[in-house]
Amino acid sequence: MPLENKELVNLYRTMLTIRRFEERVSKEFFDGNVRGYVHLYIGEEAIATGVCANLLLTDRIVSHHRGHGHCIAKGADIRLMMAEIFGKKTGYCKGKGGSMHIADFGVGMLGANGIVGAGLPIACGAATAAQLEGKNGVAAVFFGDGGVHEGEFHEAMNLASIWKLPLIFVCENNFYAVNTPSKYAIAIDEIYKRAAAYSMPGMVVDGNDVVAVHQAAREMVKQAREGGGPSFLEARTYRWHGHFESRMSTDSRPPEELAAWKKKCPVEAMERKLLAAGVLTEAQLKEMNSQILGRIEEAVKFAKDSPFPAPEDALEDVYST
Amino acid sequence: MREITYRQAGNEAIIEEFRRNKKTVHMSADLPADLRQEFGEARIRVTPVSESAMVGAAIGLAGSGYRTVANIRMATFGFVAMDQFMNQAAKITYMFGGQARFPILYRMTNGLGSSAAAQHSINPYSMFMNVPGLKILLPSTPYDVKGLLKTALRDDNPVISFEHMGLGGVKGAVPEEDYTIPFGQADIKRKGTDVTVVALSKMVHDVLAVAEELSKEGISVEVIDPRTLVPLDRETIRKSVAKTGRLVAVDEACQTCGAAAEILSLVVEDTKTFERLRAPTKRVCGLDVPVPFSPLMEQYVVPDREKITAAIREVMAYQGK
Repeated sequence: MPLENKELVNLYRTMLTIRRFEERVSKEFFDGNVRGYVHLYIGEEAIATGVCANLLLTDRIVSHHRGHGHCIAKGADIRLMMAEIFGKKTGYCKGKGGSMHIADFGVGMLGANGIVGAGLPIACGAATAAQLEGKNGVAAVFFGDGGVHEGEFHEAMNLASIWKLPLIFVCENNFYAVNTPSKYAIAIDEIYKRAAAYSMPGMVVDGNDVVAVHQAAREMVKQAREGGGPSFLEARTYRWHGHFESRMSTDSRPPEELAAWKKKCPVEAMERKLLAAGVLTEAQLKEMNSQILGRIEEAVKFAKDSPFPAPEDALEDVYST
Repeated sequence: MREITYRQAGNEAIIEEFRRNKKTVHMSADLPADLRQEFGEARIRVTPVSESAMVGAAIGLAGSGYRTVANIRMATFGFVAMDQFMNQAAKITYMFGGQARFPILYRMTNGLGSSAAAQHSINPYSMFMNVPGLKILLPSTPYDVKGLLKTALRDDNPVISFEHMGLGGVKGAVPEEDYTIPFGQADIKRKGTDVTVVALSKMVHDVLAVAEELSKEGISVEVIDPRTLVPLDRETIRKSVAKTGRLVAVDEACQTCGAAAEILSLVVEDTKTFERLRAPTKRVCGLDVPVPFSPLMEQYVVPDREKITAAIREVMAYQGK
């Protein structure tokens, strides 16, 4: 079933929001306003967007260190995200998490995670909860091509399969674990084939084509909701920035490779599609862009105007009371 | 009052709390047949031998509203899941700014004494004490294990209960009616006036036997069982030492950086208590070697009644300059 125009516009808006949000985070980082490790999702927006568009507010996701896109796609508030990235008291985690640990349990975003592969077992728990709730809920977990080599990946894939968990495993294959090419690190020729070892359907999709991701995920989510168990989606894409934002570039990937992938920009591809189909006009696109930029400006202002936590706030929240 | 074993008491705590609260899930690699029969397959889950998946799934379940018990069996198996314990369970409450609760009870057996050799014998609680965010129980009697586990099953934090493998068959008085034991409240297992002995886990029983023997010589030993290492009841220990002027800490775990060192420190760094000391504080701990297999060697590397007695005599004999 083809997507309605409204759905296509929503997909585009989400991708563009992620793109503009992260461009601004990058700028604020290099302006010296954001500290620490900031891993940007620019270039990979279609995956979070296409998958999460199939999820309800009550469905749950678990993310990884490159998590801004998943937060936005699941409906997190960009003001609270920005404040967290700035280390402010008003942020999602009161400044205790930063870019790498944004979570919003209220929208079913169970957290970005600084440990590669660690989200998969946690997502098994979220999917078990969905199964116990008996309301046809599902969970999705995002991880990179590096994560598939962790033991936690294999334990979680196996557990999800034997328990028939309503869980979508989404491997965002951007072809590099930091700077190590994924083809060097994997013994099998294609990542999605690993799903077969756990008796679950696996497929590969163009991770820069949001409609293709959406359609693939739609089938998997449907299967999970109907009690058909987990699936594995490998979405191939490319990250435009280095592993994390840094003044000292550690990016050793070939520049011509990046240039080629930039020509396959997921946001521009969707833009062309919407224009060609007459879904949106140039003027409407421009209007949407400026609306998004306005919201991001507001988020940055909120972050900048917010207070830092007091030093002794560091002692709070070690335990729930 | 009726007498039941330590193992039965622990089991009763789980059963009673699972009856009280239907949003509870149990995971273990071995099928607990009695639990399965009463609570069903959905809540009583058998996992593959996948400690990381189990420990992580407990986090995902807890973050999704289900109180979870994960029985790891031997603490040495828990090491397989150290990422989920240390990077995830211990930190999630804090790094997400306290926005979600993670009510989890992890159960593991600690200890040695049955020629189980190095990889099935360990007392690793001080490692977990060093990573804030986990609560740590060391129940030594049937009464304590039931009361502490029941409290754990009403607490909203990740809790690890270390239950000594040598205590399972030990019998003791346990009331039939509902009761809980607050965390952070040490139990004075025997009142005394001459020397304070803080004993951990199974050592409580050895120290009580020694105290009984020494009483015949007129040495009055106060035996304190902290019961929980996190939170630790510093007040009760300091108060006792202020009274007796002498402290011996007895722990089966290896001495270096162990809980006994923490107990000595909290006494000597407190000026008021320090000024009341009449002798150097002393530790009786496991020797710093992996646990050997052969019985004579195994007995040699852990505290026994002779070593405990010698340490108490030594602090009693100290005259100063």
